[in-house]
Amino acid sequence: MPSIKVLAQREEAQVRFTAGHSLCAGCAEPMIVRTVLNAIEEPVVVANATGCLEVATSRYPTSAWNVPWIHSAFENAAATIAGVEAAYKALKRIGKIKKRIRFVAFGGDGGTYDIGLQALSGALERGHDFLYVVLNNEAYMNTGVQRSSATPRCASATTSPAGKAIPGKPQERKDLTEIVVAHHVPYVAQASVSHLIDLANKVERAMRYEGPKVINVLSTCPLGWRVKRDSTIATAKLAVDTCYWPLYEVVEGKYKVNYKPKEKLPIEEWLKPQGRFRHLFKSEEGKKLIAELQAAVDRHWEELLRKERCTQEA
Amino acid sequence: MKKTMTGHKAVAEAMRQIEPDVVAVYPITPQSEIAEYYAQYVADGIVHTELVPVESEHSAMSACVGAAAAGARVMTATASQGLALMIEIVYIAASMRLPIVMALANRALSGPINIHCDHSDAYLARDAGVVHIFAESAQEAYDWMIMAQRIAEHENVRLPVVVNLDGFTLTHSVQVVEPLPDEAVKKFVGEFKPAYPLLDVDNPSTWGPFAMPDYYFELKRAQQAGMEAVPEVYLQVQEEYSKLSGRPYKGFFEAYRLEDAERAIVVMGSTAGTAKVVVDELRAKGEKVGLLKVWLWRPFPKEEIVKALSHVSKVAVLDRAFSFGNMGALYLDVTSAFVHQDQRPQFVNYIYGLGGRDTTTEQLAQVFEELKTAQPGELRYIGLRE
Repeated sequence: MPSIKVLAQREEAQVRFTAGHSLCAGCAEPMIVRTVLNAIEEPVVVANATGCLEVATSRYPTSAWNVPWIHSAFENAAATIAGVEAAYKALKRIGKIKKRIRFVAFGGDGGTYDIGLQALSGALERGHDFLYVVLNNEAYMNTGVQRSSATPRCASATTSPAGKAIPGKPQERKDLTEIVVAHHVPYVAQASVSHLIDLANKVERAMRYEGPKVINVLSTCPLGWRVKRDSTIATAKLAVDTCYWPLYEVVEGKYKVNYKPKEKLPIEEWLKPQGRFRHLFKSEEGKKLIAELQAAVDRHWEELLRKERCTQEA
Repeated sequence: MKKTMTGHKAVAEAMRQIEPDVVAVYPITPQSEIAEYYAQYVADGIVHTELVPVESEHSAMSACVGAAAAGARVMTATASQGLALMIEIVYIAASMRLPIVMALANRALSGPINIHCDHSDAYLARDAGVVHIFAESAQEAYDWMIMAQRIAEHENVRLPVVVNLDGFTLTHSVQVVEPLPDEAVKKFVGEFKPAYPLLDVDNPSTWGPFAMPDYYFELKRAQQAGMEAVPEVYLQVQEEYSKLSGRPYKGFFEAYRLEDAERAIVVMGSTAGTAKVVVDELRAKGEKVGLLKVWLWRPFPKEEIVKALSHVSKVAVLDRAFSFGNMGALYLDVTSAFVHQDQRPQFVNYIYGLGGRDTTTEQLAQVFEELKTAQPGELRYIGLRE
């Protein structure tokens, strides 16, 4: 497992993702990107979906990337990295490439849960050897906080605003992690920016497997979530401690919950600091909705624990 | 050695001989057999190609972009709706200056849905920044696939090249094709030398950056420079290939009995074959008619077309697609080439063959007849029930 020391040494040896990009203060994405890239020892090629990370790191003629990097469009990071990986296989076959090279794609929740879901599903089914990392900040942040299918129920987003008639997004979020699990790929995990060593460990474990690997990382967006810029880690930690965003992995079909809070915090603890849920605390209707959100979290958490029991026993 | 084969097989044979590193392809009528033949070559282990059987054409072109940027020689094929779905990424492939060669089995765009030939799919990609070549026959489709590889990969060009072949008329009909020996093709296309490949991990490059108003314009201008380099490269490749194959390809278009023609037809694709028959028949009767068959559509060879047509008094430009709200796109190309010329023919535009409607020798003879009296600038139709 890569320790903090090892990660720091790798960062010193080769800065794969440099400072000087224009991501917002408090953005979780650069922390996640650095952690992922440093957790991989071999050379890496990165594909990036359109989004905050792409826009803020590649403004021509500058680049924050010290590894080969490609951005093509919004919905096709998985198909793009699949092409890179196919080229690698073909060129290795005829001896034009000797080195072992690893492939990583970064996409946001919009680029993955929504517009890029088909390309991801196709690349998973075809079995390309790559790691897909979802930078999940639960809305279209790059275009101005519009709702995505990863946006939680009741969150106020600019295309699902909290209003007098409708209290934020009416629908439940999609469970992308489970959709990926249904592709029977060797490694799937959920991680959070609040637990970077856990994330590094997951990347390291994932890269032991040939084939598609997916890690869905909760990525605080202070702007979109309306939290203080210095509370990125603390906010994401509340998602984990309330079991709203469990840290777990599914390795060759076996579930493992990586962190079980000693005391599961009530969902209000996760909702309260975030401006996007503020309307829920201002009415009786809001209280009812919070209770429903709690019930959903409880149901999903129990279900996850059951899956862990079932698959570990099997 | 001469063989009989479909246009599909001719294209697939050229691809097998070129042996690209990556082929990413999605099935669509009338292109599917190209993918099927190639999948069989891969299954039989006779090519080293990595076949990426993608879940959509959007992903086909996306995987082509990833693979070509990685440093691989890449080919694909599609038609109609497939091109429409991938068009977003076709523009990106051109902007990244990736030499991807694509066979386009021309088929009408929906709707209504139709699987037969017209050129509306090619017209959709007219401004994508790709080189467009039209084949008249299965033999030409084979030859152009090989020449396209060299044009696309030339260091001054580095652009995608689309080889258009009429769906069904060329893809599915069995024709006589004379392929070159495998070794001759391998030698002709040579080894691919990628620029700044992603897989050169010791020299990391950033592909597909974000460009604001301060740089976007210059980057697009550089792309236009790639297009401007095409004619010279095209002619060199064509000359070399003509020597190799013994088949005389000369120029950006084929001028058929045009030297002393008083009336002429301008057309792209397989209909040129029909037109040649008509030209011969009318010539036998003493009528001075000719044909200009466009091979290279983008970049458009304006000056050469002016030279070839300026002595003709009446020209019918045949478009196999609408450019809704205006005259046909090829008509606009040809007529705008003459805008600063004092000596110029009178032009008439014909829309023909949409959705696979047959165009017969009788109809093309009728076009030559109508040209005698047609008003310049008229928009007419061939074989349409009004």
